[in-house]
Amino acid sequence: MTAQGLRLEKISKTFGDFKALDGVDMTVPRGTVHAILGENGAGKTTLMNILYGLYQPDGGRILIDGAPQRITSPRRAMELGIGMIHQHLMLVETLTVVENVVLGLPGQGMRLSLAEHARKLEALAKSFGFDIDPHQEVWKLPMGMRQRVEILKVLYRDANLIILDEPTSVLAPSEVEGFLEGLRRLRAAGKTIIFISHKLDEVAAVADRVTVLRRGTVSADLAVAGTPPSEMARMMVGRDVVLTTLEKTSPTSDEVLVRIRDLKARDNRGNQALKGVSFDIRAGEILGVAGVDGNGQAELAEALTGLRQAEGGTVELSGEDVSAAGVYERRHRLGISFVPEDRHGTGLVLDLPVYQNAMIRDFRESPFSSGPMLRAASARKVAEDWVKRYDVRLQSVDQAIRFLSGGNQQKLIFAREVECRPRLLVIMQPCKGLDVGAIEAVHRTVLAERERGTAILYISTELEHILSVCDRVAVMCAGRITGIIAPEEATPERIGALIGGLEEEKVA
Amino acid sequence: MSWAGDVSSLVDFFSTVLRLSTPIVFAALGGVLAERAGVFNVSLEGCILGGAFGAATGAYLLGTPVGGLVFGILFAAAIGCVLAGLAVGLGINQLVTGIAINILVLGLTSYLARLILGADATSTLPGFAPVAIPLLSSIPLIGPVLFNQDPLAYLMYLAVPLSYWFLYRTPWGLNVRAIGDYPVAADTVGVSVPGVRAICVITSCVLGGLGGCYLVLCQVFVFTENMSAGKGWIALAAVILGRWNPALVFVACIFFAFSEALQLRLQFNNPDVPYQLFSMVPFLASFVALVAFAGRVRPPAAIGTKYVRGGK
Repeated sequence: MTAQGLRLEKISKTFGDFKALDGVDMTVPRGTVHAILGENGAGKTTLMNILYGLYQPDGGRILIDGAPQRITSPRRAMELGIGMIHQHLMLVETLTVVENVVLGLPGQGMRLSLAEHARKLEALAKSFGFDIDPHQEVWKLPMGMRQRVEILKVLYRDANLIILDEPTSVLAPSEVEGFLEGLRRLRAAGKTIIFISHKLDEVAAVADRVTVLRRGTVSADLAVAGTPPSEMARMMVGRDVVLTTLEKTSPTSDEVLVRIRDLKARDNRGNQALKGVSFDIRAGEILGVAGVDGNGQAELAEALTGLRQAEGGTVELSGEDVSAAGVYERRHRLGISFVPEDRHGTGLVLDLPVYQNAMIRDFRESPFSSGPMLRAASARKVAEDWVKRYDVRLQSVDQAIRFLSGGNQQKLIFAREVECRPRLLVIMQPCKGLDVGAIEAVHRTVLAERERGTAILYISTELEHILSVCDRVAVMCAGRITGIIAPEEATPERIGALIGGLEEEKVA
Repeated sequence: MSWAGDVSSLVDFFSTVLRLSTPIVFAALGGVLAERAGVFNVSLEGCILGGAFGAATGAYLLGTPVGGLVFGILFAAAIGCVLAGLAVGLGINQLVTGIAINILVLGLTSYLARLILGADATSTLPGFAPVAIPLLSSIPLIGPVLFNQDPLAYLMYLAVPLSYWFLYRTPWGLNVRAIGDYPVAADTVGVSVPGVRAICVITSCVLGGLGGCYLVLCQVFVFTENMSAGKGWIALAAVILGRWNPALVFVACIFFAFSEALQLRLQFNNPDVPYQLFSMVPFLASFVALVAFAGRVRPPAAIGTKYVRGGK
């Protein structure tokens, strides 16, 4: 074994009775890209937090270039040349790029010499082919650019081993290729990269080797070249998963259930976010909405569910103009269900028990209440039934929902929003942060709802998901729908042009 | 009225503004520091009162204003340690902790003042005398107002640019600003969030305490119960009006002091109008100012929340 690079031997970590990591071995030679695959809760993030000094392992050792090291704190990790890029970017948005890079940099004395650091930073950025303005405030930058700031932050600290935790989860699809290219450049410069992901195509595109974690142990360690992605998926979840195309029948009905005409709305900053959006959804049809995040998708979902006041246009449900209805009326009398993007903030009350989160949509109705009184016992029974049928894994329905994994939380939200038998189901980014198994469960639920004849609006930035479940795909750009096409006609060029804002006529 | 009379009346007026603003400026700078680090320091009122009490006790026991200053700073620092321990260390709600401290300090200082100062409570304590700065103090109007002041007022002049320099021109200030907005970013690059916050809170309380020292050692030379009289709350309003920027906060403090001086003058000149009407002026002014200028303020994002590593 060559000594250059990183070696983990028999790393274990226990939280209470839970074995998060159990004897993990891994070797990462210098100058390679190493992917770590695993479902949520497989121990990927725990392992990386150990490497970065945020947790101490209960057993095993870490060798860097052949020498055993104890990594007691993030500061120690940085001294050893380990830099970490967290899933949620660790940037202070109100500060400039160079201020973020300099933050916490040791040995600065008492004067903050931003101009000098900005010069060095620009030179460093150029040497990796990154183009960046050091004095720009971070909140003004697109996500892909912010991620480069994070990478520059660790490079500026002379990191040789860079850990990236789910780096593409914050990126728009169009930014992913540029990001992967950046990784290749870093590898060419001799940096070692550990790349945590559950997106198989990205792993296949950029990694040299992959370690697959399952329930805290290494289930496979293999070279990426010559391993088909479906094989990796199987090792990750321990069974076969449907990867792309899901079985579905053609739409059952020609009845137009939802008719949106010229819908307009402003965002929280007062900018025109929806500039006149029109579309129809038939009963039993899934209309996908694709596009780069922040092009009016959130405002569209909110305007449909009544959370945001529309400025103009009409929303019709089965021929009834419901534009003036409030949230309560829309949800209960009209039967509009909503799976929001922000599970933690909007979809759930994290500190309430599971059964109360289950009743939170329809708590004023039977069986959750009778008259003015809530009925906890029957709510528990309903929740237990849902938990069984939607395969939500938990200890008890009295557990705070905070302690469930993201996938299980999402399954409960889906149960709640679907079991009330809605007419229109609005879904926003349902698979964000979920692993392959949970994504499959979500899509099965969506397709079952379609069979039932619900009109479904499926908003996502994951083009692949949209193409695999939707009957038609609307592409949004800058508050308008630039085109609505069938998934079979959706070539990358065509979708790319629509996402980029070229309207259909101009494409053709 | 003669021209000379006019000038002396103006000097008088602006001296009053400066006199009224000094304790608020100290406290508000303290507020900026704590809030920039993400901690509400609602206890500024208590810090002013505690500083005033400490100053009176020190001056009484040691017989010198410097002794008073040292005691005042120590007492305020002790309040800061309590706030830091409870709000930063234990993560108890910052507002509740701050309010509890205010009530505690009000009772404690009243009690201790009777115990320590006793019958001497109304006798004049030793204080700082004004020091005229040569040349500068002979500039007409400006000189007598700005440069014939006591040492603590000069310290206030220094404290404003110093706070600004600290926040925007030093790495420590960068740490503070980062922690107030997104503490986890600072934590991941090895800056101790509780450490920085504790230091900021204690310094913040000491600054509030300096305001109290000024009241006792430079203005009235006695300690009276609840002598802070809402100055800490006005300082908090000035922090918001000045958008957490020391320079603007200074301007906001001057504005509040100006309206207070104006109402005193109006009261004095219009004895036939009920004085309660004029007493409202500063509060109306602060309402109007907050509504007019503070509509789009963006406070430090992480303010009021305790920081838990790995918390969701």
